[in-house]
Formats: sequence, C-alpha cells, structure tokens
Amino acid sequence: MTSRPYNFAYLDEQTKRMIRRAILKAVAIPGYQVPFASREMPMPYGWGTGGVQVTAAVIGPEDVLKVIDQGADDTTNAVSIRAFFAKTANVATTTETQAATIIQTRHRVPETALTEQQILVYQVPIPEPLRFLEPRETETRTMHALEEYGVMHVKLYEDISRHGHIATTYAYPVRVSGRYVMDPSPIPKFDNPKLADSPALQLFGAGREKRIYAIPPYTKVVSLDFEDHPFERTKFDAACEFCGATDSFLDEVVTDDAGGRMFVCSDTDYCDKRQAARNKDAAE
Amino acid sequence: MNSSLLSAEGLSKRYGAVEACKNISFEIQEGEALAIVGESGSGKTTLLHLIAGLMAPHSGRVSYRGRDGVRRDLAEMSEAQRRALMRADWGFVHQDSTKDLRMNVSAGGNIGERLMALGERHYGRIRASAAEWLARVEIAEDRLDDSPLTYSGGMRQRLQIARNLVTSPRLVFMDEPTGGLDVSVQARLLDLIRGLIAEMGLAVVLVTHDLAVARLLSNRILVMKQGEVIESGLTDRVLDDPQAPYTQLLVSSVLAA
Repeated sequence: MTSRPYNFAYLDEQTKRMIRRAILKAVAIPGYQVPFASREMPMPYGWGTGGVQVTAAVIGPEDVLKVIDQGADDTTNAVSIRAFFAKTANVATTTETQAATIIQTRHRVPETALTEQQILVYQVPIPEPLRFLEPRETETRTMHALEEYGVMHVKLYEDISRHGHIATTYAYPVRVSGRYVMDPSPIPKFDNPKLADSPALQLFGAGREKRIYAIPPYTKVVSLDFEDHPFERTKFDAACEFCGATDSFLDEVVTDDAGGRMFVCSDTDYCDKRQAARNKDAAE
Repeated sequence: MNSSLLSAEGLSKRYGAVEACKNISFEIQEGEALAIVGESGSGKTTLLHLIAGLMAPHSGRVSYRGRDGVRRDLAEMSEAQRRALMRADWGFVHQDSTKDLRMNVSAGGNIGERLMALGERHYGRIRASAAEWLARVEIAEDRLDDSPLTYSGGMRQRLQIARNLVTSPRLVFMDEPTGGLDVSVQARLLDLIRGLIAEMGLAVVLVTHDLAVARLLSNRILVMKQGEVIESGLTDRVLDDPQAPYTQLLVSSVLAA
C-alpha cells in the first residue's frame, strides 16, 4: 500500500484544528463572525471554499455527506464537492436528506425537517450583513460590538419606500439569539423561519472573506422587519408540476419561447420522495 | 456649581511641531449659539473636532452635561456612550453634505436613520416624521423618495440639517454650514437655521470664516488666530467694537456690498 495522496478530508490536521477552534468560538457566540485562516482549496472562490473547509473540519469516517446547490443534488457544484469528499475522505455520500449526517448547502435549507444528529454547512459569499451600507470593516466591527444596527432598517425602509413592501427576498438579515445581526447567506427568505429553533447545528463558512459563524441548535432567530410591515414568507400561487407540493420553495422554469413556464420544487430530494410515494399509492 | 451644557478646559492639540490649539477654555450654555471665527489655518475646525469628541486633545478636558443633569468627561466615557450621545443628543452639520448624507439612500431614509438607530421600528411613523422634517426645511414633500444625488447643493445642506435635528438634539456643531453656496441660497439657509435654533432652543457651536454668518446666528463669538483665542465676547460687541488688532483687521476686511 502506497502512502495516501491526501490527508483525511484533504486538509492537514493542524488546519482542521484551527478551523475547529473557530467553529467552537462561533457556536459559543451565536451569529458572531469569527475570523479564521482560510486556506486555498482546489476550487475557485465562490464555489464553496468556505463550506468545504468547515465540512472538512467536522467530517469523520462514519459520516454520510449530502451536498446541495440551490436545493439540487445533481448540479455541478454539488456533484463535484460530493466527489471531492468521496475521494479525499472516503466517506459515504447520499442524496437523501434523512440519511445524511452532514449536509453542505449553497442557497437553500432542505424542506425535510432536520434532526439533532445532523449538521448543516452553508457556503457564504459575503458574511457581513452591514457591508452594502458600510464599506469599512473597522466600522462594521464597531457597529456589531456596540449593537448599532439602525442602518439595517434603513435598507428595509428603502425597500418599502421604493416597492411598497420589503422587496429583499434572499440573504434576508436576521438577529440571532437577540444579539448579533447575521447574513443567513443567500438562501431565499422562504427558508428564514427554518433557521429558528432548528434541532440541527448550523455552520456558515466564507472562504474568500475568511469568516466562520454559527447558529447552535434550538436558537432564537428573528428576521428583521417593521411593526407595520412584518416579515412575510414568500408564497407561491402554483404547486410543483411534478409532485404537487404547495409547501415547498418552487423554481420557475421557462419551457419555451412563447411564455410557457412551469414551477417545480427546488429541493430535488423532497420532490423525488413525494413522486415516489405518489407512484406507490397509484400502483396499490 | 457649573451650569453650562458643555465646557472645555485648557484644550491643546499639536500636529507635529504645529500647535493647532493652545490652551483654550470656554463654556456653552443651554440654548446659546457660539461662533468660532478666524482665517483658514487658525485652528477653528480642530477646536470643533476636539469638543465634538471626533479627536482627542493632547491636554485639557471637555465635559458635557447630559439630559439626566450629570456632567461627564468626554474622554472618560466609553465609546458606546459617546456614540449614543452623538446619535441622540448631538448633531453635526458638515460643510460637505456628502460626508454626512448617504447618497445612495433616499431623503426619507436619510432623515429616518437616526430614528431607526434609536429603536423606532414603525415604518409609517418614521416616514411621517421624515415628511414633516422635509417640510420644515422647505423641501417639497414629493422629493421624499428621491436620492440626495438629485438635490442641489442648498437642498442637500437643508436635508443634512433635517437628518441631524430629527431626534431633537440639544447641541449642534456646524462646520461652515453655508460654505460653497451662492449668496441667495446662503441667505435662505441662514434664515432657516436661525428659525430652527430659536424654535428648538438649540445650543450651537458654529465654525465659520464669514463674519456675516456669525453675526446672524451667534450670541457669542471666539476669535482665533494661530491656535489661540485672541478675543471673545458678545457677538455685537466683538464685531462693532473689536479690541484686538487682529479682530479689527478681520472686521475691516469685510467687503460692504
């Protein structure tokens, strides 16, 4: 047997230890962005280098990994990250939400409810929710430290004055455990209620920006809003074309150039499960 | 017992070998407008930054009496306290309005920011006070949702004033508030500021090189030259009967129209 080309899960043990320390700190201070020494990964920034490093630091040989990109298991990003860990950590992979112990995700939270045995790892492009209003990092850190979050509401105010309602539909800012305002990564605001009181541990990794933050299990997470314009979950007028679901986040798919379109579940595993159940019922 | 709103004792500030402020002491009473005048480079803006807590002096102290009646040393306050003071109790009107305004946010958002920072979470109420303040600074209400980028220089300056006064501060610092505006716009702005000061009982510290502005807005005046206060007193007295040679020169340099 020749020596293995990679250490378990690609990163060396010292690096994993460093990332685990950052994760522990992040869990101890819910919503606080912990700086960490992000490594170069064999993939471009923006493809999930932060999420991959967090996953590499928490994964063990017995874990079962699921990777989703916009809810789908079969897109390039999801397939290649799954293959990456299958190769470097030799772990089992799955597309089933219930069978997985670690789920790395880009832009979605699975529809199936998570359990205490699971960890959800988010890929984060820009971790700083105040960034678009305040470009200086020194200033945003001070604002977090002093809980100066008035400007977050300026953003929402602008939405309402321009569109008549809060038009932010993704990366919708939340307040974690009554303290830190956090960017939940570009998940649709439809998923925001799932962040609150989740039994699963939620970890967020931003590789390029070198930040890790976390929501521990069963933590209070509140989406920011106004008293007279409360937070509203996105509602769809359609049902999934394939499985008929009305309670899941739907993607609009253009089917021709004559205005034809259909709505399908963005969570492919959820949709497949429902279709299988329906076919089984029909067969019986 | 010191009853002043803000008091400065022995303030000094050096930039390398240059002494920008030398051992300056003064007090501001509630509802009083104090003008700091002098030529460029005389240290008046430095002095304003020192008393507004934007810069630390090399020696001396600044203390402020809060709404609770307790007098606190600015240097001994925590950063959180100081920033809270700046948001709620103080205003700062810059010569360059783009320094203070958020240019990519509508006028309403600009005015509402301080209210939201103080915890107001009702959109309707925030918008109503923004509209009210826009009217008070004489800007048409249909410009409420426009960005300050579409405003003229004079309107931006008025918007900046509205943004600072919406939380009813007790003390406002103004750094050349009419600088760079043409004279007719200046006149209207001065009128507006004078009205607001009287109406709200504001204390004002005004830095200007324009003696006409000082005469219109202030009750008391400090004349600065090379980092030192060379003359101070009631505005009318200092301008009509200047004692120091330099002040006499300043007053006689004003062009009569």
